[in-house]
Order: sequence, then C-alpha cells, then structure tokens
Amino acid sequence: MTTANTESTGVPGVIEPKIGEELLSVEGLVKHFPIRKGLLQRQTGAVQAVDGLTFNVTRGETLSLVGESGCGKTTTGRLLTRLLEPTSGRIVFEGKDISHLSEGKMRPLRRDVQMIFQDPYGSLNPRHTVGKIVGAPYKLQNVKTEQGTKKAVQELLELVGLSPEHYNRYPHEFSGGQRQRIGIARTLALRPKLIVADEPVSALDVSIQAQVVNLLEDLQSEFDLTYVMIAHDLSVVRHVSDRVAVMYLGKIVELADRVSLYEKPMHPYTVALLSAVPIPDTKRKAKQDRIRLQGDVPSPINPPPACRFHTRCWKAQEICKTIEPPLVELAPGHRSACHFPENATPEQEATAQAAAKEDPATSKQNPAG
Amino acid sequence: MTEPQVSAQDTVQRIDRGEAFLDVRDLKVHFPTDDGVVKSVDGISFKLERGRTLGIVGESGSGKSVTSLSIMGLHKPGVARISGEIFLDGQDLISSSREEVRRLRGKRMAMIFQDPLSAMHPFYTVGHQIVEAYRVHNDVSKQVARKHAIEMLDRVGIPQPDKRVDAYPHQFSGGMRQRAMIAMALSCDPDLLIADEPTTALDVTVQAQILDLIRDLQREFNSAVIIITHDLGVVAELADEIQVMYAGRAIEYSSAEDIFDRPQHPYTWGLLGSMPRIDRERSERLIPIKGAPPSLINVPQGCAFNPRCNYAHLNGGASETERPELLDIGGGHLVACHLSPQERTKAWETDIKPKL
Repeated sequence: MTTANTESTGVPGVIEPKIGEELLSVEGLVKHFPIRKGLLQRQTGAVQAVDGLTFNVTRGETLSLVGESGCGKTTTGRLLTRLLEPTSGRIVFEGKDISHLSEGKMRPLRRDVQMIFQDPYGSLNPRHTVGKIVGAPYKLQNVKTEQGTKKAVQELLELVGLSPEHYNRYPHEFSGGQRQRIGIARTLALRPKLIVADEPVSALDVSIQAQVVNLLEDLQSEFDLTYVMIAHDLSVVRHVSDRVAVMYLGKIVELADRVSLYEKPMHPYTVALLSAVPIPDTKRKAKQDRIRLQGDVPSPINPPPACRFHTRCWKAQEICKTIEPPLVELAPGHRSACHFPENATPEQEATAQAAAKEDPATSKQNPAG
Repeated sequence: MTEPQVSAQDTVQRIDRGEAFLDVRDLKVHFPTDDGVVKSVDGISFKLERGRTLGIVGESGSGKSVTSLSIMGLHKPGVARISGEIFLDGQDLISSSREEVRRLRGKRMAMIFQDPLSAMHPFYTVGHQIVEAYRVHNDVSKQVARKHAIEMLDRVGIPQPDKRVDAYPHQFSGGMRQRAMIAMALSCDPDLLIADEPTTALDVTVQAQILDLIRDLQREFNSAVIIITHDLGVVAELADEIQVMYAGRAIEYSSAEDIFDRPQHPYTWGLLGSMPRIDRERSERLIPIKGAPPSLINVPQGCAFNPRCNYAHLNGGASETERPELLDIGGGHLVACHLSPQERTKAWETDIKPKL
C-alpha cells in the first residue's frame, strides 16, 4: 500500500508495516567490472564480482550475506543501494524496478534505502560537525522537520545512545563505537525502509561490538527496519539474522533460514566455513574435526567452470567440473547449489541431481546432461 | 638470570636453567606526549616456558602490542620510557644494548605482524627477504640460503615454492602473505615466536589454516609462543595460558581452561558475554560491557575497570580508590579484583554463567 509513494510522506510519517511482504527482490543480478588494457583501452576481461544472484528480502527481516573476501558481498550491497549500476539483472524495490534508474530518479528513493558503512573513520567527514553530518540527509532531501533540523538531529543522537550535546563536536573526538553510532544516526535520519549494513561491527572492539549489535536490533524492532547485513563473522551473523545467504565467488551457494543453515548446512562450502570458526571453548581444542580448505578463493577474473567451489571441495567429482549445480530448494526455505549436498536425505540428493539435469542454463552448456 | 654471564648467542646447546625461558617482570612502557604520559603498559609480569603458548587478550589500547614490541626491542629509544626486566633465556633484554638485542631478533625471537602487506618490503621479492634474514644469522652462501627459503615456503604450505620464492609480496593473496611472513619469522628457528593478531586480517577459512600451521610448527620446533589477539576463539584454539589485559595491566592470568570455565574478573565475564557464540543456543541479547575503554592518559583511579563494572559498588568504595593487585586465588589463577571470593563465585554462578 505504500509502494511507489515515497515522495509524499514527511519524515516521521509512519508507514504501515507489513511484515512478511516482499520489500526487495533481486533477479539474475550481475556485475562485471571490465579490465581494460592498451592504448585503446580495449576490454580484455572482466572481474566477475557478482554473477547471477536471485533472492528476495521481506519486510522486517534481516538477511545476511556471508562469505570470504572477494566473494562479492560488498558489491552486492552497493548494487542494492544503487551506488553501482548492475551489468544485467533486475533489482525491484517496493514493486519498482530500480536497476537502471538515473541518478536523479534514484534520489527520492535514497530516502528509503540507506547504508551503514564498515569503517567509522572513513565514512564521516572529519571537517563537519556531528550536527552537520547527521543533518545532511534532511538538507539533501529537502525535508522539513517539525521543530527544525537541530532538534531532529539531537533526537537521533539520543536514539543511538549519544548525548544531544555532541551536536557541535567533530568526529575525531569520538571513539570507534561512538562514530559508528553517528553513522547509524545519519542512516536513520530519513526513516529508511531498508538498511544495507556493510560489516557494521567488524571494525569495533568486542565489548563495543555487542553494544552496536544490540542497538541495531532495538532500532529494528522500533522502526520495523529491514536489514541486509554484510558480514564475515559467522557468530555475529547467527545472532542477528533471520535468513543467511552464503556467497562464493559471486554466486549464492546456499540460502536458508538461520536455524537450518547453522544446524544443517547443506553446501560443503558452508560446512567448511562453519567448521573453521574458532570456538571459545578449550574442550574443543582436542577435537580436530575441522575441515581444512586448501588454498585461497580463486580469482573472480577467471573463475573455475561449472561449480565454482569444485577446486577446493573434498566431495568434488567429474560432474562438478562440467555441470553447474542450480540453487534448488531442498527443504522448505532452504536452497542450496550443490550436486552432493551434506546433511541431506537420499530424496534431497536426488532432487539436487535431478534439478541439475533439468536446469535449462546448464543443459545448454552441456547438451548431454 | 641465575647465570647472566653466559651470553646467549654463543650457547648453541641451551642449558636448562630451571628458570622460565621468558620472564617478564614489572614491565612498564610509558610514552610522554604533549597531553600527558600515556601509560600503555603499566606493570606486567609473566613467565613463559619453551613449548608453551601464552595468549594475551584485550581490547584495542590495552597494551597488548606494546608489550610484544618491547620484548622484541622495537620501541624507538627516547620515545618510549621502558622499565622493568625482560629475561630471555637468562639475558635481560632491557639493559642489553640495541646491537645485542638486534642480534637476538630473528634468531632467538621472531615476530609475526598483523598486517603482512605493510610488514613486508614491497620492493624486494619474498625470497630475498627470507634469505636476508637467514644470512644475517647464518654464514651460508646465497644458494644455500635460497634453498632454505624455498624449504620454508614449502613448509608453510605455499604452492610451487620454487617459483613463488621470486614473487613480490603484492603478488600474494592475504593468506599467502601471512604464510610467507611466518616462513620468514621461522627461517632461523627462533625460540620465542610472538604473533600479534596473526589472523585478524584474514578470512575464517584461511585463519583456520594459519592457526593449524602455528600449532604444528610450534610442536615441531618446540618454541615458546605468545599469541596476541582480541578474539577469544583464537586463544582458546592455541593458548595454554591466558593473560587478560585491561588499560595496560594484567587483570587475570590463568590456564586457558580456567579462563573459559571459571573466569574470575568482571571484565573477562564481560568479554565472554559480549561475544555471540556459535556453539551455544542463540541468546536473545548480547550482554555488552557498558561504556568504552579508558584513555591511557587518564586511567580511572583505583581499579581501572570500575566505571564499567557492574559489581564495583559491592566493594565499599575500594574500587574507586585502591588499585587491586594481581593475586593468586589458588591453582595459579591470578586475578586483580576487589570482590571477595564468595561474592565473585555468587556473581559468576547466578548472574553470568547461566547467560553465557
């Protein structure tokens, strides 16, 4: 009911939240960064940062994107906020296709989609006061608040646990955790519907990390926010997310709700990631049940064919090098892209293998399949 | 310490002195600045034997890295005011001249830095840098040293070491660079290895590889290892003993088992409570430590942790006025806290443990 109605409401205008309704959907999202060489700057290749993502985000949930560095999670975040333009694919926000909107057409939508950045030192202008930083969204969007911008900013500062007296201070006067709060206050200024948080706590100390995680959770329940969280710390992800998408080299290899992903991971990569998390329990030290993945993530310029994980996978067989496993739903709400899923019943394995044969995209590449 | 006249570099076969291999006593590192004296490390003592691993845990600014840099003798003279004693196999490093300490670096003690990109020289090949370190301590030809470098790269799991030895640091990925740095640190078979946040910049899968590598190499070379980190998961993997630091002082020291199973200091409780745990039921909320770490110029009076402590009021004002000493509460478990053992046990059993 609130779709495409972004220009009319004032800032604190309460939108009727419809939890569970689709807020954002992404279809076949691709971003390739061209590599140019030579005098004529001809394109000689492309970094396939994001290569065909399909997922949706429902209102009020937290979807996390996890994976190793270089897997395309940050690029995905920037595509969702349209700081980057996708090479192909569709991004639909509240029923409106925003994948190729111009800068000017995108501007009113920026109110609804905001971003929290990883580095609280780099993302605040050192020459602006906190008041100016947090008040900037009002100015840019020409939003009039009831009792003036200053009052609104001070309320925001209080909301994120800072004192309103901090209005005239500069970012360098604050610690990392406080700066991250300033960034969050700025993000919240226009009461966005969707917040893309790129590693919001990874630059913070452990004790401060917990404060910010709790703050993000409180704000979510207070304003019915929807988060797309980009993170690499799997314990934090488990704490905050409703659903988790595991990415590997530009593709989603597994997408499931929190409980089934952590309890019954199906993709071998997810299993390996989870087993690699160091556990603060000395009794675990003796147990060497860790899966050691060999080597590093291959280069996204020239990713391995078919299943991109086959070069490091201990279950890889011939089929993994020739046919790309599609992301299929093996259990309710649990999708995985693997020919030989872990923790799967025989029926689920059969489903995975049958899906690979039916998938039109792969059968084109491999007519025999 | 008992036989200080035996200089370390000419004893090839080390004598077992019955004294701790590394013995740090009341180490203080202060930096005078325009705003006041920054007391980065303010009285730290610990012992470490060969073949053992000490984990130093704390938040940024707690003095972990400064401790390790002063053991390595890497503080600029004149900038840092260092006092106390650091005995490495009987030799006091603080009273030794810079030249003497320089000779020990690489051979007797080596360090793995957090950020391998800035710790390695971008202009020289990886092989060149390992060869350089090796030839400083060993009188061998370049060919022999190069062979040794290739062996070391192979040992730390770099594929095609004979080709990779001629690569530059920027041609390596983050994990490989960290391996190369470990290879460099281990090239002279050091007795003491200090790893300062060795895996913080790395992905979990690579982190697991590096932790396994450090553990395997330690077994092989029987070195003493100090691992400095803010990640309690990492120390649980590696450390035998753990020292928790806060505002330049050790506030708790014990075996790794005790720190995780029977922690005694409210700050350690706070650290454990603020970490989401992947191996437990998901808690609804994390329990953060309120406030932020103090400035090291103005460390709070009394117990440095008192403004953030939930139990400070139980001590009848002692927390604000008197600095608690690091005392043994039995079984080699040291803790610096005013809380009486009964109160501590009660708080741990009723407030903290059920929520972890």
